[in-house]
Amino acid sequence: MTTAIAEAVPGTSRSAPAAKEIWTPFNAHSEGQRLFKEWYARLETANERHEPVANVFVMGNAIEILRSFDFHMVFPEINSLQTGVRKTSAEFIRISEDYGMSPDVCSYVKADVGMMLKEEKEPLGKMPKPDLSVSSNMCGTFIKWAEIWERRYKMPSFVLDLPGQRSSSWVVRPGDAQHSADSRWVEDQFKDLIAKCEKITGKRFDIDRLAEVQGRVNQMVIHWNNVMELNRTCPAPYNAMLDGLTYIGIMNVYRGTVEGVEFMRRLEEDVRAKVARGEGRVPEERFRLLFSGTPCYVSMRRLVELFETWGGVFAYSDYLTFAAGGMDAAELLYDTSRPLESLAEVTALAAQRGLSNQFFAHERMEKQIKDYGVDGVVFHGIKSCRFVSAGMADTRDYISKRLDIPTLYIESDLIDPRYWSDAQIKNRVDAFFEALQQRGGAGPLKGKATHAQGRTA
Amino acid sequence: MSAQIVPDYEAQLNAILDRCHSASLDARIPDAGELPEGYTGTLGNFPVYFPDEIAHAAGLLPVNILGGGNKLEMKHADARMGSFVCSICRSTTELGLNGTLAGLTGFVTHPICDAAKHLAGIWSRNLPDQMAEILYLPQNPNSPGAARYVAAEYQRLRAELARKVGHPISDAAIRSSIRLYNKKRRLMRELYQIRRDEPWKLSCSESYLLVRAGTRIPCEEHVELLEQALPAIRQRHVAAQDKPRVIFVGGFCEQPPLEMLETIDDACFVVDDDLLIGQRWFTEDVPEDVGDPVWALAESYIERSHASPVQHDERKPKGDYLMAMLRDGKADAAILTAAKFCEPGLDEQLFWSKDLDAAGVQYLVLEFEEKMTSFEQMAMQVETFAESLLFALA
Ligand code: SF4
Ligand code: SF4
Repeated sequence: MTTAIAEAVPGTSRSAPAAKEIWTPFNAHSEGQRLFKEWYARLETANERHEPVANVFVMGNAIEILRSFDFHMVFPEINSLQTGVRKTSAEFIRISEDYGMSPDVCSYVKADVGMMLKEEKEPLGKMPKPDLSVSSNMCGTFIKWAEIWERRYKMPSFVLDLPGQRSSSWVVRPGDAQHSADSRWVEDQFKDLIAKCEKITGKRFDIDRLAEVQGRVNQMVIHWNNVMELNRTCPAPYNAMLDGLTYIGIMNVYRGTVEGVEFMRRLEEDVRAKVARGEGRVPEERFRLLFSGTPCYVSMRRLVELFETWGGVFAYSDYLTFAAGGMDAAELLYDTSRPLESLAEVTALAAQRGLSNQFFAHERMEKQIKDYGVDGVVFHGIKSCRFVSAGMADTRDYISKRLDIPTLYIESDLIDPRYWSDAQIKNRVDAFFEALQQRGGAGPLKGKATHAQGRTA
Repeated sequence: MSAQIVPDYEAQLNAILDRCHSASLDARIPDAGELPEGYTGTLGNFPVYFPDEIAHAAGLLPVNILGGGNKLEMKHADARMGSFVCSICRSTTELGLNGTLAGLTGFVTHPICDAAKHLAGIWSRNLPDQMAEILYLPQNPNSPGAARYVAAEYQRLRAELARKVGHPISDAAIRSSIRLYNKKRRLMRELYQIRRDEPWKLSCSESYLLVRAGTRIPCEEHVELLEQALPAIRQRHVAAQDKPRVIFVGGFCEQPPLEMLETIDDACFVVDDDLLIGQRWFTEDVPEDVGDPVWALAESYIERSHASPVQHDERKPKGDYLMAMLRDGKADAAILTAAKFCEPGLDEQLFWSKDLDAAGVQYLVLEFEEKMTSFEQMAMQVETFAESLLFALA
């Protein structure tokens, strides 16, 4: 599971604002591409410059601490998904399977191992050797993946254990006994991580730097929440499953940076302007959908096309929550007057949001369906990702029975092209839309969703 | 002069093994009327490790939920789980949906992998009357504070179970459960010592049955059973055959079918394994007479436990624990297994194979599923492997 710099699908967006309009043109995709290129370029030379590098994941990653030590961050999930977008994944997967990896394990891991074995990192240059990895327990595979690097690069892998939601209807309020116990454990681990970072970098931990990074994360989170809320509007200004991937990519890679704040600020401005103009992602929005799971990057354009040709737009995807580690709620802001304690408290809460989105998915999905005025839910089961898909068919069963809402279940993989069966998926998608149409779904759904009230960063 | 009555150890052992076998085939949960004395309910727990002592002290019979084996007919679960989830998760779901596990007071799973965590959600959606939860055992046992966190998590479980049974669970009750479970684990350690020293006296499949019985019968009874079995095993007169000594790893969660273990027994002496490792989790006794028994359990989890593919512990590098098993069992080779679709198992299998390559130790890679019913091909593979080992050792 990851974030992406997905390529825009041509021919589906409205044209860019005319030159006479007063705001500076902002194209989230090209701006995102530029930022990603810069990030990759800096990574490529990090080792030469003897600057510390950490491998991290998009869920539960302690970026705030790492950034306060000036670590460069490598996101191996993003590298792996890029092999899918650029259609080189099959080769890397083959290399790793020849090496002995099972066909039944996470294809992201296999693409990464394939790249490691080829001693290169596609598609955007050579990745630096990491000095440390931080992997959370949010996905169990993160830990096994990090063990591969630990052995290969002979460097420490730090497992950040984030206790998740224990049962259904689990309510944890900031400051209650359960939250305090969990936060204390997370804080203990952060202290341990800080000691490790001090050893690796030879620098003293600077708590003011941490607070500074947190302040920027807060700003990004506020913009991000507003951007998400704006997609409650009908027509939806962006496709949560496609455009959302670029946004969330920046949320991760540029988390806590000046560039990250600026991107999110401009993104919010841009999305807000689109809403004001009544501009939708699809020319004529006919069905508002919720996408559960992660996309299939090898067939990304096709996947989007299958839905958008029917006038279907993904107003929300649970991916936007879990791939941001659960930081999709504006109440999850750091108190920068108590940086470390607050980091632990918010991380513990965010992890539970991110995890519950999967393991107790039905609980939040009911609300998301209402919030985003959704007509149908699309579940994408990922063969190699048990985190996303082991409970998905059951959640679908529960949601369709309880809410009487049309659902679609399709299966493929993130980046393994062997599991994309075009004709079968198309048939299912078409049948799903026909069912939606029979429920009187044709025509733009005017007045269905409420306009979001944003907060100011 | 009266003739000395020699107990028929072999018959006694066979009777014990038969009893263990039927216990392991029975996935049913005893209802209120059938519960053994002293118990008021059952607490289902998923592999790998669960602190049975806390349930036991609450008067709940801890039952390790080990899937459906190769006799279960799947009627419901296939439609509720993608095709790429391991068998134990699928069959456990089936047992939940088909009513077999309806009698459980509660069901607890663990963050051993993502598929296992999903079981708590599946349970809460389909069996809303049962207490269903994830006991968040930590994946970072290396940071200071880990034992304190585990203790807090155990206290949470203790409070929930107390609510469920309607009375508090005293420290004294937990202490006495620890004493009992220590005894059981000591007996299991003896069992494994016999396998290492005289593997011809106890096959892997027999040892497995003896341990597996403890996953569902009361600990008191299991202790008794092991106390009878151990002398009988020691008295066994079996000639050591010409078989290679191997270790078996990869059976830490999903259960390999008994027939698979028997197939391996036919060709090899399995001197050590990681089957039902959660039952034998501690390498030493949990401290018994301490002020805080929950702390003793928590601290033991962090400080005195076996290695397993579902826990990252920087003190237990993969190659090291495998080599220790080989060394301690004077094993010639290893059988590296993994359950199909088991991410942690399949990843670990690769690590193991690379470490054994580096150490020049022979190994055989096998993949299994609990629902397997045909073993001919596997038998051929194992025989060929055993023969090549004997040839090399000759
Ligand atoms: S199993 Fe899923 S969430 Fe985990 S690393 Fe792989 S793709 Fe990401
Ligand atoms: S067999 Fe493997 S994948 Fe399945 S529940 Fe056990 S550890 Fe998880």
